[in-house]
Amino acid sequence: MKRRRWPLYSLLAFGYAFLYVPVLLLVVYSFNASRLVTVWGGFSTHWYGELLNNTQILDAAWLSIRIATVNATLATVLGTLAAMALVRGGRFRGRGGFELLLTAPLVMPEVIVGLSLLLLFVAMQHGIGWPDGRGFTTITIAHITFSMAYATVVIRARLAQMDRSLEEAAMDLGARPLVVYLRITLPLIAPALLSAWLLAFTLSLDDLVIASFVAGPASTTLPMVVYSSVRLGVSPQINALASLILLFVSLAVIIAGLALARKRD
Amino acid sequence: MASHDANDQSSLAAWQDPTAKPYVRIAGVSRHFGEVHALNDVSLDIYQGEFFSLLGGSGCGKSTLLRLLAGLDTPTKGRIWIDGVDVTDIPAYRRPVNMMFQSYALFPHMSVEANVEFGLRQEKMPKAERGERVSEMLDLLHIGDLRKRRPDQLSGGQRQRVALARSLAKHPKLLLLDEPLGALDKKLRTHTQFELVKLQERIGITFVTVTHDQEEAMTMSSRIAVMDAGQIIQVDTPGAIYEYPNSRMVASFIGSVNLFEGKVFGREDNDILIAGDDYLVMRLRCLQPLSLGTPVTVAVRPEKMRLCPECQGPGDNRVTGRVEDIAYLGNVSIFHVRVSPSQVVTMTLANMQPRTEQMLTWDQEVTMTWSPVCGVVLTE
Amino acid sequence: MTQTAAGEGEVGFPAPIHGDRRLRRWLGSRWQPGRWVNIGLPYFWLLLFFFLPFVIVFQISLAEPQIAQPPYTALTEWVDEAVLQVRLNLGNYALVVEDELYRAAFLNSLWVGLVSTLGCLLIGYPMAYAIATAPERWRVPLLMMIILPFWTSFLIRVYAWIGILKGNGLLNNFLLALGLIDEPLTILHTQTAVYIGVVYSYLPFMVLPLYANLSRLDMTLLEAAADLGCRPWRAFLRVTLPLSLPGILAGSLLVFIPVVGEFVIPDLLGGPDSLMVGRMLWTEFFSNKDWPLASALALVLLALLVVPFVALQRWQSRLEEER
Repeated sequence: MKRRRWPLYSLLAFGYAFLYVPVLLLVVYSFNASRLVTVWGGFSTHWYGELLNNTQILDAAWLSIRIATVNATLATVLGTLAAMALVRGGRFRGRGGFELLLTAPLVMPEVIVGLSLLLLFVAMQHGIGWPDGRGFTTITIAHITFSMAYATVVIRARLAQMDRSLEEAAMDLGARPLVVYLRITLPLIAPALLSAWLLAFTLSLDDLVIASFVAGPASTTLPMVVYSSVRLGVSPQINALASLILLFVSLAVIIAGLALARKRD
Repeated sequence: MASHDANDQSSLAAWQDPTAKPYVRIAGVSRHFGEVHALNDVSLDIYQGEFFSLLGGSGCGKSTLLRLLAGLDTPTKGRIWIDGVDVTDIPAYRRPVNMMFQSYALFPHMSVEANVEFGLRQEKMPKAERGERVSEMLDLLHIGDLRKRRPDQLSGGQRQRVALARSLAKHPKLLLLDEPLGALDKKLRTHTQFELVKLQERIGITFVTVTHDQEEAMTMSSRIAVMDAGQIIQVDTPGAIYEYPNSRMVASFIGSVNLFEGKVFGREDNDILIAGDDYLVMRLRCLQPLSLGTPVTVAVRPEKMRLCPECQGPGDNRVTGRVEDIAYLGNVSIFHVRVSPSQVVTMTLANMQPRTEQMLTWDQEVTMTWSPVCGVVLTE
Repeated sequence: MTQTAAGEGEVGFPAPIHGDRRLRRWLGSRWQPGRWVNIGLPYFWLLLFFFLPFVIVFQISLAEPQIAQPPYTALTEWVDEAVLQVRLNLGNYALVVEDELYRAAFLNSLWVGLVSTLGCLLIGYPMAYAIATAPERWRVPLLMMIILPFWTSFLIRVYAWIGILKGNGLLNNFLLALGLIDEPLTILHTQTAVYIGVVYSYLPFMVLPLYANLSRLDMTLLEAAADLGCRPWRAFLRVTLPLSLPGILAGSLLVFIPVVGEFVIPDLLGGPDSLMVGRMLWTEFFSNKDWPLASALALVLLALLVVPFVALQRWQSRLEEER
């Protein structure tokens, strides 16, 4: 049956335009010589230079990257364990509660997560003296808590697709569970682990609300700097920063995508 | 074959009557998908009340032809008429034709009843009438007690019945069945074959089915069209297709067959004489005029072969060889006899005596024989 | 063959007849120590850092604010060294439920969630449908293009709209240049800007589950509907749409739940009239330093989201069973 598909495709094109035009405009205006972000004053890389001299932003970026790296690694480990438990663990006591705890962070409003974690950290410091103050550690713990839920989703989908008989064959050939896990299961889900890591990394790099709650006075992450500057109005430096972030993230996603595609061939 | 016999009782079957009007006429139809020619210039007439089968291997174009009849696809070239109306450009939802899909395509979110009623609702049939028709269909297929069930609560055989009821509910002019028994297990399939034929005779709707199973086509059809590579090779009754295939492809697709190559070297009355390899001389009934030296292939079915001393009539053909393999199937045994370094002949013999008493064993030299009327001369 | 099989040498090969079952049981029993760590570690983490905090939030929501460190009163107090006095302050909840301002904020949050969910659905459904029915080789790139914005910074994508929507922004300049309007439209710092920002940011969450659902739709069902006399549009209404309801539900919940508690978008794009719970909570906490009231707000918000959340959970476990 042939049907005219152009109305559908024009809706699709409109959708993509909606998704991409604002971001593209942002990038274009980062090369604007004028300080007025919305008036074009000629091509310039001036704001990039200024950005690289802004120590406040650079320090915040460095902190965010460190947090994101630790967060992504630990969230992937915990997410892998959680996904294994759900897909391979069979029935166990409290499975329902476990699933609930893994789904909730995906949709839970950030203000609730941030507030509740802060109150926990305050209570813990009050009660057992740890964590001592708030900063890198508390932000990382908070980020791991919600990004491990995302990592679990990604890894769980891959594990569920995996042919269970591969693991059983390895067992049958005499491999002990740990060997099976390391030599068969992990290599087979490696692409999902990479996706999960990248996802957890960007989620952490992007978080404003939760970090604002659990950060201490000395620890300011990149989104917190961006937010406070954006509240004061549009700034060409932020456009430049945004463009750089977009560039890095797109490159990382594209490289990872290509690597995975090549591996599949 | 039941409907075949029924048709034979009248003086002429529709397709033998030159004055009969075809019910479905497919004229010069082609369907190309880019470079792929799924159908190439196919013409075919189907008559009212037929149980017609399109038979062929996968990718032969039989399903494409069925989809063209349903209106789910449009031909690249050619026209299609149903009951005198050119339907080529009529979309599926306005054709008086219904189809039973291979996967059954039952709507998973509707009950059995709602599935069967679906087509009637599209016709805006009044509610009372709809209910009556649904009950009638469910009773016809003995699935009245399943009305409230959902498709995922049914067995394969039950689903098949629901799909059949749904496609029959609108009383279509033509019912198309795409591998109607394909999803059933073997035992259920044999049973359902006969049921389908009985059903078709009772309701009198013209059926066109697609199948790759030659046994199924032989059992159910009034006529069969054998297809290959987007073309129709032969159209005939099951008996004629089996006994008088028109090509090597048809001969070997339907049942098994022994093929002997040779050249025509003489004619005696209605028979021609053929010289094969290894000084083999064959005599075969052939009314077709063939000039001397024409290369031909002789096709002989394994069950038409006899062991030598048995029923040797005048002019019977003989070939000698050594038994290489024996397959005992219970009712019959199949013998593979090597008659030349390059040819093995298959012979099927009914097991009239217990196996232990059989005389033929491995490596035994045997002479096989067949009558001139039991082989077919193929010229292509 | 179960627990006694712990010793290496005793582990015999399972009998062939019950091979599969025995092998599985054997695997099961051998996994025990690893299994405990495997399940226990993430479970413990979530209990400690996700569940326990809610208990504390609940506790603090019953306290009263005070200027001290920490800035709330304890619930229990020893009186006369022998009597343990428990002071539960329900005033925060009473305030949240009865006060006009808070009630308006809750209603407006739900309203924004509803409108934006509908907006995402209206834009997202045709997109998901177009991708799911596009030629095979186009599907993955098209889908990647939906996911890619999700990988880029949320904050920055919201920020991008400020430059577009503000009084002398790109949209107004564009419309003025075209002569469609005579004076700039006020969009930024209105509820409209919030709708735009939310739909824009949450669109991928709607498209992905819808795509997952629609791509599994059996196309022969539509052919069957056409064969039974259904025009394409009716076939869509009677077959495609009902069968994609689970996808619609999942996408809607994935958008609705977080949007109700959204803070960044109303804060950056919304105006003084766009009261939302997330913003109020932020203000109570950071500006007014009223931790107990913020906690009560969080819990009331949570209570409002329990029903949609349970629906989402149901959908997920059903999806898991279908696999």
